[in-house]
This record gives sequence, C-alpha cells and structure tokens, in this order.
Amino acid sequence: MTKSDLIERVAARVPHISKKDTELVVNTIFEGMTEALKGSKRIEIRGFGSFQVKIREAREGRNPKTGEEVQIPAKRTPFFKVGKELKERIDSERRASPPTAGAAAEGGTASDAG
Amino acid sequence: MTKADIVEMIYERVGFSKKESAELVETVFEVIKEALVEGEKVKFSGFGNFIVREKNARKGRNPQTGEEIQLAARRVLTFKPSLVLKNLLNDDMPAE
Repeated sequence: MTKSDLIERVAARVPHISKKDTELVVNTIFEGMTEALKGSKRIEIRGFGSFQVKIREAREGRNPKTGEEVQIPAKRTPFFKVGKELKERIDSERRASPPTAGAAAEGGTASDAG
Repeated sequence: MTKADIVEMIYERVGFSKKESAELVETVFEVIKEALVEGEKVKFSGFGNFIVREKNARKGRNPQTGEEIQLAARRVLTFKPSLVLKNLLNDDMPAE
C-alpha cells in the first residue's frame, strides 16, 4: 500500500468528504509527523505505535573498498516502536493461519483466535 | 505529539470541524493498521516503509535466570525510515 492507495481507501470510507480533501488530510498528517520528528519530538499514536528520534554516536568506520579509516559523524535516526494492540493483532494473524512448527512448540495454551 | 495534536492540526490547517478531523485521522490509522494486519507492505515515500516480517522459532535465554527457553515463531512489524526523512533530521549536521 502506497500513500495514494491509502488516500483511495480512506476516501472510500468517508463518502461525505471529497477525495481531494482526503488527500490533503493524509498529506497534512505526514507533514505534521515529519515536522515533529524534525523537532526531535516524540510521536505517540495510541493503538498504532510511537516514533522517537535517537542519536547515533559518532564512530570510526572503514571504507570497505579501500580499507581506509573514516570518521562517521553522530546522526539522528527515527525509531518506531509498535504499539501493544497492533503488535498482538499482527502476530495473532499468523496464529490464525495454518500452524507451523514454531506454533506447535509453543505449548498447550490456546490463543484467542482473532 | 499525540493523535489529539494531529486532529488539532487537521482542524487548523485543513479547516474541517473537530469531529470530522477526528473521524478522518482515526480512519487513516485504521486503514494503515488493517493493511499491516493483513501482512501488506505499507510504503510512504518521503517517510518510510512499514513491513511485516516472519521470525522463525529460535532458542533464547532468560537473561535473569540463564534458563534456556524456546521462542515461538512470530510475526513482527518493522519500520525503515526513508532516506529523505533521515536526511531531514540531520540537515544541520555536516554531510557525509
């Protein structure tokens, strides 16, 4: 699913709102989240997950082609942590599909098939 | 930033009522979640990709007791930020 697929699917569920407006809303959401991360602000979407900017320390690396030592500067990296509810929904979808060797090793407890 | 802040932003920038803004924001995240639960790849150019990965069962260890345990196969969600987003977060830092 791409951003344009997302716009299509959202638009189909809100028939009282034009597709153009839906597009504007989706783009504004991503703009807002990008701005928040740029300001190193944490984003928490209940039921989905959270985004946080962490700093990767400067370190020494090596150019794999030449073997030359290079200094890699510190940089900010966005991290995503999946929310509990979504994490469970994604994993239970696997359990709902035909069992694998791993599922059998899990033991007797029957999961509530979602 | 929380979902409420995003709703507020839609209300201010796009001009929908608070009720409509909340409905739209809720629908956007619900559609994304449903796609991921179905195992679909979600790719937002300029932001990043959300990909569901299958992890095989493996042996692990309880770090507190040292006891060996069997970790079941699972399905996990990963996020790979786009290069555009990563660069944007570092545009005040020296390049390379």
